[in-house]
Amino acid sequence: MTKGGVLKRIAGPVVTAVGIEAHMYDVVKVGKEELMGEVIKIQGENIIIQVYEDTSGIRPGEPVTNTGLSLAVELGPGLLTSIYDGIQRPLSVLVDKMGDFIQRGVSAPGLDHSKKWDFRPLVKEGDQVGPGSILGEVQETNIVHRILVPPNVKGGTVRSVKAGSFSVDDVICTLDDGTTLTMMQKWPVRVPRPVLEKMNPTIPLITGQRILDGLFPIAKGGTAAIPGPFGSGKTVTQQQLAKWSDAEIVVYIGCGERGNEMTEVLTEFPELEDPKTGKPLMERTVLIANTSNMPVAAREASVYTGITIAEYFRDMGYDVSLMADSTSRWAEAMREISSRLEEMPGEEGYPAYLAARLSEFYERAGRVKTLSGKMGSVSVIGAVSPPGGDFSEPVTQNTLRIVKVFWALDAKLSQRRHFPAINWLNSYSLYLGSLQDWYDREVSPEWNSLRSWAMEILQKEAELQEIVQLVGSDALPEAEQITIEVARMIREIFLQQNAYDAVDTFCDMKKQYAMMKAIRQYSDLAYAAQNAGVTPQQILSVKSKNELPQIKFIKDYVPALEKIQKDMDAEFNALRSAA
Amino acid sequence: MKEYRTITQIAGPLVFVEKTEPVGYGELVNIVLYDGSIKRGQVLDTSNELVVVQVFETTAGIGKDSGIRFTGETIKMPVGRDMLGRILSGGGKPIDGGPEIVPEKRLDITGAAINPYARGSPNDFIQTGISTIDGTNTLVRGQKLPIFSGAGLPHNQIALQIARQAKVPGSKEAFAVVFAAMGITKEEANYFMEDFERTGALERAVVFLNLADDPAVERIITPRLALTTAEYLAFDLGMHVLVILTDMTNYCEALRQIGAAREEVPGRRGYPGYMYTDLAGIYERAGIVKGKKGSITQFPILTMPGDDITHPIPDLTGYITEGQIVVSRELHRKGIYPPINVLPSLSRLMNLGIGKGHTREDHKKVSDQLYAAYAEGNDLRGLVAIVGKDALSERDRMFLEFADLFENRFVRQGYNEDRTIEETLDLGWTLLSTLPVEQLVRIDRDLISKYHPKFRQAAKAEG
Ligand SMILES: Nc1ncnc2c1ncn2[C@@H]1O[C@H](COP(=O)(O)OP(=O)(O)OP(=O)(O)O)[C@@H](O)[C@H]1O
Ligand SMILES: [Mg+2]
Repeated sequence: MTKGGVLKRIAGPVVTAVGIEAHMYDVVKVGKEELMGEVIKIQGENIIIQVYEDTSGIRPGEPVTNTGLSLAVELGPGLLTSIYDGIQRPLSVLVDKMGDFIQRGVSAPGLDHSKKWDFRPLVKEGDQVGPGSILGEVQETNIVHRILVPPNVKGGTVRSVKAGSFSVDDVICTLDDGTTLTMMQKWPVRVPRPVLEKMNPTIPLITGQRILDGLFPIAKGGTAAIPGPFGSGKTVTQQQLAKWSDAEIVVYIGCGERGNEMTEVLTEFPELEDPKTGKPLMERTVLIANTSNMPVAAREASVYTGITIAEYFRDMGYDVSLMADSTSRWAEAMREISSRLEEMPGEEGYPAYLAARLSEFYERAGRVKTLSGKMGSVSVIGAVSPPGGDFSEPVTQNTLRIVKVFWALDAKLSQRRHFPAINWLNSYSLYLGSLQDWYDREVSPEWNSLRSWAMEILQKEAELQEIVQLVGSDALPEAEQITIEVARMIREIFLQQNAYDAVDTFCDMKKQYAMMKAIRQYSDLAYAAQNAGVTPQQILSVKSKNELPQIKFIKDYVPALEKIQKDMDAEFNALRSAA
Repeated sequence: MKEYRTITQIAGPLVFVEKTEPVGYGELVNIVLYDGSIKRGQVLDTSNELVVVQVFETTAGIGKDSGIRFTGETIKMPVGRDMLGRILSGGGKPIDGGPEIVPEKRLDITGAAINPYARGSPNDFIQTGISTIDGTNTLVRGQKLPIFSGAGLPHNQIALQIARQAKVPGSKEAFAVVFAAMGITKEEANYFMEDFERTGALERAVVFLNLADDPAVERIITPRLALTTAEYLAFDLGMHVLVILTDMTNYCEALRQIGAAREEVPGRRGYPGYMYTDLAGIYERAGIVKGKKGSITQFPILTMPGDDITHPIPDLTGYITEGQIVVSRELHRKGIYPPINVLPSLSRLMNLGIGKGHTREDHKKVSDQLYAAYAEGNDLRGLVAIVGKDALSERDRMFLEFADLFENRFVRQGYNEDRTIEETLDLGWTLLSTLPVEQLVRIDRDLISKYHPKFRQAAKAEG
């Protein structure tokens, strides 16, 4: 088989080669500088390649060689705390090799092959192992990295296995058929890693964000989309999830977005603590950063790189959450490559296979029984950036057809600094039903009805607002004036949450429940008082309720909240007896 | 250097050349006209049979008799210390009658992406002296913050006021200014130049001028030349650079024109599908590099066609930049300068540059509260128009009045009025104190008792 060919045509990130034999998605080396590329179309003798690096200066006639391999990631100890570009080159290594600006033609393996890790076997000679079996473990950060038999290795009887300090290339285990295993495996990014069984998601991914956990929860192993116009809070919400969600591993993909946002994660995460373990958040995190000004072909690859890493940790039995910011930039990368291939454009110039690619991607989420029989999950949360904030465009629409949770960001809310600017009327979660038991059990048997009550009030408020717009709020009947006030409290106290306040940034379920219950208490007292003849003016000017918003900013909130609740009781008692 | 005379087609800014030796993608091309004059272009598509060249000037005078020279290198720009104080064309040639630039370096104008791992965190507060920016949409060093404006609005005044007043409190160093004009009128350009000269800013400025009657395609390289210069000043010479790019709308029109000439499948409203990526290649060239002294702060200015913020030009810009300052026709009509509408405005890096150790501990919460109160008052204006003031509750009336007060005292200020951040925040408190304390739900009690005028006076009276 001839491996060497030549370049025939170069037009931006897409080049044409002749004289090589190739299969779809083979990785090829392009030009004298051996830029990395991938075969994306075969047309007669023309092999069409997307190149992951800048192609300036490359000329027709330069050599092209086929590696015969598909685009794959290296999986093993050393992934955690790393920051990679879209094709898993560690950005820190690139800085060492080429300075502060990204140059091209430098290859860098995803894992550090010289670093030694302490391997503790969990199998012994004579044990049977199969695809996905756990061979042993490495304390990678505060996270234990389980070393697995690759899913594409048949397995057999362990002939020998060694404890000790090894690099990822050292053989740690030999099977009786002579197969040697190391701590590293490679996996092609465009192929989902196999699992034993997909399970139903029944446990929420608790995020510490009230509007999410309280009203529109996502399940562990679920899928969610956050569409919104620029500046409405997609990135902040995703970062909040990366920080505070109770996943064990977080994969964060900056796909075609800002450089400074990645820097922010890099500087902030090492200093933040996981509220559950007290360990630095960075230790459970893998970052992929292919910013808007880095090559588009590598941007296209970045989501696959990310999800493959997420699946790998899932296969160890972890709950992984993956954020992709923004899937629209990924779709645009597809569009750009597709238009250079002169493919027939579909809606708004996107390729006809847009919907298929999106659903293949979200399909890789799920709560699963792994090959080794453990439970693991990958939750996927994708930001969507619709042009002009118009949700009718193809990427938003195709995404909504797939995902189960929709957090609709709303510019009207962000403009008035109501954060998170998630519209409570348009958003939804299709997991509510399957998570009810969990909330019953773990939060309170009252929770589900409390939630429905809050949603009803908010819905009612929206209807009343239409009337208020016509006649003014004073013209409303008394009971509805109270409804408006209670709705305001739900919005301002419960829904609004400041990501930048040291305390309010994270709110556990216990506190969420306590806050909602206090609002409910005011509501019940208010309607009762109104029935007893107390005027709305008096009800609305109950002083103690004005203290409620402060609860958000107090860490040990219980005494303060109890005092407010007591005061509310007393104040209403006084009002009723005076009436 | 070999000269080809194999032009087969000229369409818009594109020239098609046949049967060449291997030519590199993105290479600089010189086109020699019959009179010996030279035009410049760049290779967009290359194969042995056909090379497509995009010309950066008008194609007037180019014909099948023109000679094509491929230079074998991508477009580079000579940069040097003596560029400060100089005025160059949109293509980078001196037009101030001065000597050629003595190059200390020749840099690729596309610029390489800063490795995100090498970026420094932008957190130095820049005081512009404008309350609506400093107080509620704070700018930091290394940020890219565009001005979204409309035809006939005073965005140029605002940009100049910022350029004049911008400082990092406690730092003596003045900003160097790189100013790139794309397709603006001679009159507008003069307005900037006179101000630069009057204030002595020109000495620390490099000016690139592509005016309305200059070739539109040249606009494609103007911002890249400006940013290459800025990178040299910032990261080689260690200066803090403020880059003003105006008007990005003209840049995008030029991009659309080239796309159309290439017969590409157009994206939204006829703009190329890759416009996001293209603009990112410009706007992302702002920032700080760890371990390097300088910084690049960008102020792109654009006029929104039809004042429509969802138009692809402001839309894609907003998706890349770190916020936006929105200039409002309504406030302008009310006679308010600077007519900045804070509601759709945003600075995303604000939180990094404010608070204790940067500005003041109450900054964030005061800003949030001002927003919320102004938004609420502003909404009520619509209602008042329908139901009249009398139908409003007592509470609503206070918010309505707050909105007027906010526009007239906080937003409105003089063209030369340079407010310190303390003045801005105290002004915010003064306005908030017109509302009952319990309405200030965005601010914690500690801060209220420390900064609210009522309690401050009480504290003073006691002390
Ligand atoms: N939960 C929150 N708490 C406080 N502020 C918030 C919150 N969410 C968003 N914001 C504010 O909104 C700004 C914009 O948010 P963000 O950067 O997440 O927008 P985005 O939707 O990702 O925009 P783009 O599409 O342009 O990337 C933030 O800089 C911050 O000031
Ligand atoms: Mg974002």
